[in-house]
Amino acid sequence: MSTAVIAVETLVKQFPRHRALDGISFAIPPGVCVALLGHNGAGKSTLMKLLLGLTLPTSGTVRVLGEDPAQAALTFRRQLGFLPENVIFHDMLTGTDTLAFYARLKGEGNERCAGLLERVGLAHAAERRVKTYSKGMRQRLGLAQALLGRPRLLLLDEPTTGLDPMLRQEFYRIIQELRGEGVTVLLSSHLLTELEARTDLAIILRQGSLRAYGSLEDLRARAALPARLRVVTRDGERLAQLLEGVRVAVLEPGMLELECPVGEKMHLLRRVTQLGADLVGDVEIQLPSLDDVYLHFGH
Amino acid sequence: MSPVWVIAGKEMRDATRNRWVVSATLLLAGLGFALAFLGSAPTGTLGAKPLAVTVVSLSSLTIFLVPLIALMLAYDALVGEAERGTLLLLLAYPVSKGQVLLGKFIGHVGVLSLATIVGYGSAGLAVGLGSGGADPKSWQAFGSLLGSSVLLGAVFIALAYLVSALARERGAAAGVAIGVWLWFVVLYDMGLLGVLVASRGQIHEKIFPWLLLADPADVFRLYNLTAFDNVRAFSGMAGLSGQVDFSPRFLLVVLLVWVCVPLMGAMIVFRKREW
Repeated sequence: MSTAVIAVETLVKQFPRHRALDGISFAIPPGVCVALLGHNGAGKSTLMKLLLGLTLPTSGTVRVLGEDPAQAALTFRRQLGFLPENVIFHDMLTGTDTLAFYARLKGEGNERCAGLLERVGLAHAAERRVKTYSKGMRQRLGLAQALLGRPRLLLLDEPTTGLDPMLRQEFYRIIQELRGEGVTVLLSSHLLTELEARTDLAIILRQGSLRAYGSLEDLRARAALPARLRVVTRDGERLAQLLEGVRVAVLEPGMLELECPVGEKMHLLRRVTQLGADLVGDVEIQLPSLDDVYLHFGH
Repeated sequence: MSPVWVIAGKEMRDATRNRWVVSATLLLAGLGFALAFLGSAPTGTLGAKPLAVTVVSLSSLTIFLVPLIALMLAYDALVGEAERGTLLLLLAYPVSKGQVLLGKFIGHVGVLSLATIVGYGSAGLAVGLGSGGADPKSWQAFGSLLGSSVLLGAVFIALAYLVSALARERGAAAGVAIGVWLWFVVLYDMGLLGVLVASRGQIHEKIFPWLLLADPADVFRLYNLTAFDNVRAFSGMAGLSGQVDFSPRFLLVVLLVWVCVPLMGAMIVFRKREW
C-alpha cells in the first residue's frame, strides 16, 4: 500500500442531511490515469475535496502521496494540481496575469507561464482579459494552472465540460503526455464515451458507495453485458422462428435485435448469415460500450 | 514572496482594474471638495480656521461614506469567491486560510487607503493651501482625520469579512452588509438619541460615553471632533466633550479593537467552515 499514490480506507463523509460517501476503499498506483465516474451527487466532488484535505472525513482514512492531506504541511500541496468543477475566473486580469498569480502562490516564478498557455492552446489569448474568455478557454486556463509546479498528482473535476470535441481530444493528448511523465491523474466525468481507451482504471460511484473499480476490460467482463446484432430482414417472424433459443426483440417492422454473450457473437453471426441473402439484408454488431458498462454499475 | 503579499497584490490589482479605486477616489474627492468649499465659504467673516472646519465636515462625510465603501468592497470577499469556485481552488494551493484572509485584508485596506488619502487629501490640500496656509494644529487634525478614516474603513472591512464568512449566498451577504451599515451609521445613534430623549437625559453620565464606544462610527466621531481644541470649537461637540473624557489615544485603541475583534471572528468562522 505504501506505493499507492492514493489510498482510501472505509471512507465515510456524512453531511447534516445526507451521506456523501458511505465507506469506500480503493488504492491507486502511481502513473495511471483513473476515471472517477458517477452521476451528479454520487460523491465525486466530495471525494476530491477529501483528497485535497479541504474537508475532513467523518470516519475512515485518506492517504495521498503517503500523507494525510488534512494534516500535511502546506508545502505538500505543491505536489498536487487541482481543477475544480465549474471554476469561473472572473478577473479583469489577463490570462498571463492570472496564471502568474497562481504560479507565485505555488512558489514558482512565471517563466513557465507562457509555455503552459501555449500548451493548452491559449497563447493567442494570453494578453486578453479573462472576462472575455469563452467557457472552453476558461477551462483550459484552469488546466494550465493545475499543471503549475510539476505536480505528481492531478485531480481534475469534470475537466472536459464545455470543451468541444477537438479541444477534448487535445485535452486527452495532454493527459497522455503527463501520464508518460509519471504523473498520476484522477479525473471525474459523466461523459463516458470519450474516456474509452484513454483511462487505465475506472472507479464508479453511486450514491456515495463504490460500485466498481478496475480496468475497463475488467469492468466489461464483470458486467457480462450481451453483444447485440441488429438484423435488417424482409420477414421478421420467420427469422425469429429460425433462430430459436436466441433472445429476439423487434425494434420496428423489418428490424430485429438479437442478444448473445459477447463470446458467442461469431457463432450467432454465422448462423444469421447462413440464412441467406433473401432473408437477411444487413447485420450490424454492437458491442457493449463504456456507457453501457457504466449504466450497468451506476444503477 | 509570502502568499499573503501575493494575495494582497492581487486584490489591489483587481480593484484597480475594476475601476473600484478610481470611482471611490473620485467620489470621496468630489464630495470632499464640495463639503470643504461649502463648509469654508461662510466662515470667512467669523475668522474661523477653514481647514479645521473642513475636518469637521469631512468627518461627518466619512461616517456615512467610508463604511459603505468598505462594506461594498469586501462583502463578497469569501462567499463570492466560493460561488465562483475560485475559493476552493485557492485553498488547494499551498496557502493557509489565515494567509488568504490576511492577504485580502491588506489588499482591501490598501485600496481604501489609496482612495481616502488621494480623495480627501486633494480636498484638504486645496483648502489648506488655498486659504493661504493653515496652522500646524489644523494640519495635524487633518492628518488624524485621514488616518482614522482608514482605520474606520478597516473596521467595516473586517465586519464585511465576518458577514462574508457566515453568509450562504452572495446576495444574502450584500443584504446583511447594508444592514450592518444601517445599524452602526444610522439606527444605533437614533436609538441612543431616542433613549436620551425618553429618559429626559437621565441616562447616567457615566454610562452614556461608554455606550458610544459600542459603535465604531461614534468612536470615530468622538476622536475627530474632540481630539483637537481648534476642531472641537466648530464641532458642536464642545458640550459633549465636557462629559466624555476619553483620551484620543484611548479612542484609537478602541477603533483598533473594533478592527481586530470582527477580523478574528471572521478568521474563526472561515477556518471552521468547509467550503
